[in-house]
Amino acid sequence: MSEPLLAVEGLSRSFGRLVVLASLDLTVEAGGIHAIIGPNGAGKTTFFNLVTGALSPDAGHIRFGGSEIGSLPAYRRTALGICRTFQNIRLFGSMTVRDNVLLGLHCRTHGGLLSPLLGVPFRRTPAEVSARERAEEILALVGLADAAGRPAIELPYGEQRRLEIARALASAPRLLLLDEPSAGMNTQETIELEALIAEVNRRGVTILLIEHKMSLVMRLSKIVTVLNFGQKIAEAPPGVVQRDPRVIEAYLGSE
Amino acid sequence: MLSDHTISILIFAGIDVIMALSFYLPASAGQLSAGQGGFMALGAYTAAYLTVHHGAPFPLALAAGGLVGGLVGLVVGFPALRLRGLYLVLVTFGFGEVVRVIFLNAPAFGGPAGFAGIPPATTIWHVLGLLAVLVYFFTRLSGSRMGRAFAALRDDEAAAEAMGVNSTYVKLAAFAAGGVIAGLGGALYAHYTLFIDPEAFGVGRSLFVMLYAVFGGLASFWGAIVGATILSILPELLRWVKDWREIFYGLLVLTLMLVRPQGLLDATLLARLSLRGERAPARG
Repeated sequence: MSEPLLAVEGLSRSFGRLVVLASLDLTVEAGGIHAIIGPNGAGKTTFFNLVTGALSPDAGHIRFGGSEIGSLPAYRRTALGICRTFQNIRLFGSMTVRDNVLLGLHCRTHGGLLSPLLGVPFRRTPAEVSARERAEEILALVGLADAAGRPAIELPYGEQRRLEIARALASAPRLLLLDEPSAGMNTQETIELEALIAEVNRRGVTILLIEHKMSLVMRLSKIVTVLNFGQKIAEAPPGVVQRDPRVIEAYLGSE
Repeated sequence: MLSDHTISILIFAGIDVIMALSFYLPASAGQLSAGQGGFMALGAYTAAYLTVHHGAPFPLALAAGGLVGGLVGLVVGFPALRLRGLYLVLVTFGFGEVVRVIFLNAPAFGGPAGFAGIPPATTIWHVLGLLAVLVYFFTRLSGSRMGRAFAALRDDEAAAEAMGVNSTYVKLAAFAAGGVIAGLGGALYAHYTLFIDPEAFGVGRSLFVMLYAVFGGLASFWGAIVGATILSILPELLRWVKDWREIFYGLLVLTLMLVRPQGLLDATLLARLSLRGERAPARG
């Protein structure tokens, strides 16, 4: 069997006395869409924060593409090919839609503080021109090409979520972590989102998806991991997980 | 031709604009400094020492003033890696005071009696020349990789890190660049006043520099330029009220901050004037 893209071993994290993740083992194979579900407080977002480096683990290993990344700062993990979206949208509010995507290209472009003084006066540098072309492509992919010049905070909610995906895609991730991308979306927006996620995956990006809308999970994912109280209680293809008594109990509670 | 008096007002206003820009640069990355007077002192004393004691040519002394400001900015940037908001303001304020006290107790730099005999070198053309370079730099910065990283860091530091921005590097670069600009401002100042003492670069200086930028608005570097120009020329325009001048000045600042807490040039006004170029909302 080939090396998994992401392999997490014994990952633990507590906040004070609250154990949020308890020695979690999880592997994500390259190429697919892997969903993580579980009741609120199961540790899903904490898991994302640990993988992306926003939090450091109390114990455990995180291997990405075969190398240990557990102690790397967040921005270096992004450069290695891990990027995410946020459950509570965290776009750069003072920036335009285009600039948000261009910021996502930060780790794939060069240019320091003095570069504005270099180059042909009053003309964009070649690096800036090609970055902008790339940003336009990504905005077209998520259907926001017409909104490029607008302030990001002026976008409707559903479009802000797609802009979050566009910004993450700009960093050219191998593994994209989506944290409840359909939250607050209506049916039509959810259908469009599903098509977008499928298309991104088809282009070779492995996707790890936290999602509450079961219909979306069922249609998109190849494999579903169920977390409850920081532990993995089931892992199987979506159809199997749905009928698992432990999963039903976790969601509906026992007698 | 302009009178010597008018030129003198313009030179001081220009140096105030340079100082306000030195505050704006780190502020555009979310790093508030209440110690820009300290960097200005370092630039002023370094350049003056070189021209007076080593007969250095003015351009070289100017560059050295900027360099020392930048290097110390790098050092001061380190606490900024862990501190935010008000705590950072306090630490940078402390830095400004430390610099003042060091020069106060350094006989080689004249101590409390000040440093005199600096050769006249700064002309209006030096000031305008540096301002032209800075305006060009800031115009280009807003549409560049680093400019966007600054804005992202100010909006949401954790999200910026998650998107691949090395916040440590960006913050240090912002502080160092702010230090370079303030150091250059100090060097120009010393070679115009021809006499400097530590009190010229104390808390008052740092706070006024901050006021200029905030008064003008932090949404764009134009705010720092407009704010510093108005507030440093205003006392001249208020001469007719004589003894009431400072009260008038204070009331004007207070009124504006009450009416426009976001400063003279806010995002909406900038979009209308389309001074922000790419950032202005496009139709479509």
